[in-house]
Amino acid sequence: MSSIVTLQVNDRVISARAGASVLEAAKENGISIPTLCHMDGVSDVAACRLCLVHIEGKGRLQASCVTAAAEGMIVRTDSQTIREYRRMILELLFAEGNHVCSVCVSNGHCELQSLAAESGMDHVRYDYLHPVRNVDVSHERLALDHNRCILCTRCVRACDEIEGAHTLEIAGRGAHSQVIADMGDPWGEAVTCTSCGKCVQACPTGALFRKGSTVAEMTKDRERLAELMIARKEKQWNV
Amino acid sequence: MDRDELWKIAEAERLRSKPLQIRCCTSSGCRASGSMGLFRQLQDEASRRGPTDRLDVLSVGCSGLCGQGPVVQTMPGAAMYGPVAASHAGELVATTVDGGKNSVPRIDTEQPFFKRQLRIVRATAGEIDPERFESHIAAGAYRGLCRALEQSPGEIVEAITRSGLRGRGGAGYPTGWKWAAVAKMPPGQKYVICNGDEGDPGAFMDRAVMEDTAHQVIEGMAIAAYAVGANQGYIYVRAEYPLAIERLQLAITQASQAGILGNSIFGSTFDFQLEIRMGAGAFVCGEETALIASVQALRGIPRPRPPYPAESGLWEKPTLINNVETFATVPAILLHGADWFASMGTAGSKGTKIFSLTGKIRNSGLVEVPMGTTIRQVVEEMGGGVSSGTGVKAVQTGGPAGGCIPASLLDTPIDYDSLAAIGSIMGSGGMIVLDDTDRMPDLARFFMEFCADESCGKCVPCRAGTVQLHRLLTRIIDRKATKSDLERMIQLCHLVKDTSLCGLGQSAPNPVLSTLRYFGEEYEALLRPEEFPEHTPRRAPISLKLI
Repeated sequence: MSSIVTLQVNDRVISARAGASVLEAAKENGISIPTLCHMDGVSDVAACRLCLVHIEGKGRLQASCVTAAAEGMIVRTDSQTIREYRRMILELLFAEGNHVCSVCVSNGHCELQSLAAESGMDHVRYDYLHPVRNVDVSHERLALDHNRCILCTRCVRACDEIEGAHTLEIAGRGAHSQVIADMGDPWGEAVTCTSCGKCVQACPTGALFRKGSTVAEMTKDRERLAELMIARKEKQWNV
Repeated sequence: MDRDELWKIAEAERLRSKPLQIRCCTSSGCRASGSMGLFRQLQDEASRRGPTDRLDVLSVGCSGLCGQGPVVQTMPGAAMYGPVAASHAGELVATTVDGGKNSVPRIDTEQPFFKRQLRIVRATAGEIDPERFESHIAAGAYRGLCRALEQSPGEIVEAITRSGLRGRGGAGYPTGWKWAAVAKMPPGQKYVICNGDEGDPGAFMDRAVMEDTAHQVIEGMAIAAYAVGANQGYIYVRAEYPLAIERLQLAITQASQAGILGNSIFGSTFDFQLEIRMGAGAFVCGEETALIASVQALRGIPRPRPPYPAESGLWEKPTLINNVETFATVPAILLHGADWFASMGTAGSKGTKIFSLTGKIRNSGLVEVPMGTTIRQVVEEMGGGVSSGTGVKAVQTGGPAGGCIPASLLDTPIDYDSLAAIGSIMGSGGMIVLDDTDRMPDLARFFMEFCADESCGKCVPCRAGTVQLHRLLTRIIDRKATKSDLERMIQLCHLVKDTSLCGLGQSAPNPVLSTLRYFGEEYEALLRPEEFPEHTPRRAPISLKLI
């Protein structure tokens, strides 16, 4: 069995490791596909639906993060439909929560904000729902603002898969879903939390943040999380 | 337990049965209209007449005509009565024993509701006592399993494939292919799951099958387990079906005690254990990957496929998931042969399908009809048409994932492909009949509210899209919407349909899209006129054609 597959992405022939996802293959070849719930180093859940691509022979759009690159596959990462759908998904996210960039701790470092700018989203066509949501500041060093949460579950996966604590989970369903700590306790009282802060690094928006940091200091070091996973797997540490 | 013992139990049960019988339905439908009180009253009246070896008062399963419940049938003669009040009990017992006429409301058993049915899955439902093992055995339970164990697993998979049976849960995937996919996985731990999480509003076919003929479901699962090489099964039932759970649990206990579940079944090398798992009220857990997560005690949310459960399902082992009705169809196929089954139905859809008729219909209840029967035959002939006497406006099939079929298309034959072609789906078998007083945008909003409430919240289009669709529908119904709102709603429908992760989201816009397709004028009539100039009344077009 060949360990390399060749596929076509946007009329370009590229090679990929067998077993790599279409998203990884594209990224390694400099083709960018927008993502929100994907994060290097943790498993993929295909929840944000931004990375949808056309794959020839498939009736439906496919989430590139969970579709394995295959020999001879013909992929299109961009089309008018895809662009429109991506923009609509972003608008739905903005309408769903309370995303006010100008007063957000992550203004300028936010993936949701960047994607909206990239997609040319200049207004939202849906009703802003202005949900009444809480802010959990019970933790000594970290805080969770549900208003800015897009339920991508990156923090949940980082907490479970990288830190191994599984403090964070999702409770409720549909529009009432929210991130909880332990059994829905105030975060500060969650006994399983190691206060490692990986969730903050994983968060694409300003939902999770360190207390006492200024907006300018709110940059995130996501590569560190992925490096950590690679290092553990390869048993090589760059100290 | 071997085959001969099975025959002995059946024979003893036949000898035990008394010539006069009063069969009272004690399934959920009739219970809701008070059949348990009636049943006790009938027993009291019978015992008041002193001990008799001639009369039996029996608890039986659903006759189908739930809307006329409580339903009672007397034997011999098979006269059916309903709705029967507890005060009728004395009279019924008297006329059954002594003969003569009574004043209990009769149900005409010659009407199309009964005569047009072809009962395979529900063949014995109104006759056997659901809680007596011997009654099931006398009606032929586990004979299909005996037959199956004489064959190789490969032969059974081949027979199911050849029979043309397709999944009765709604999607209609060929059952034989599904079984073959699990069977061809390397030997090792495999699982069989029965999906009894029937959640579509207006659907109660599976509830009846589980309540009335639990052993038939177990038998179908055992045959499937033998065919695919599994030794452990789970029946996933929603907790809202307490009677189904009670009777399934009883049936599992009975079958285990009789050696039909457990090790070396019928003296073969086949082992099979069965357990019940209860759903905690989430519609999305009817989706197979969410159901698997729920059985594993994880949060009930779907995951992307592939891998399909056939490759990696319960605890990442190959898993076969079929619907209740699919499993309940299997014993008959084993007993009568794949060709017999394939001789019924249409080219692409074989056998029979149970439908639950609800809404504005005269005869509400359960019917089992051969595939290819037209919707008109089911709704107008069997169902007796609309209860208010006006015409049928539309029939909603397939629940929140399905669509509306307008009156003009009622002659469409019921099969997977014909229903899909007109924008609806077979679905699990719910049929909601609508009359002229029903407004289609209201119906669409009802289903959208249901989907928004039942969305698991994992993927954005379903979680946030259904909420916005519900708001847009509300705005239209409140006469506050403009044409651009309608256009935005249609566009959002396509987003949710095309980009959602699982079947719930992908099909959530169907009720909106299908009512728009056939009843678009009802939406347009609700739009705000001032921003919809094209819609203002125009002069009648002048005909240029000279006569």
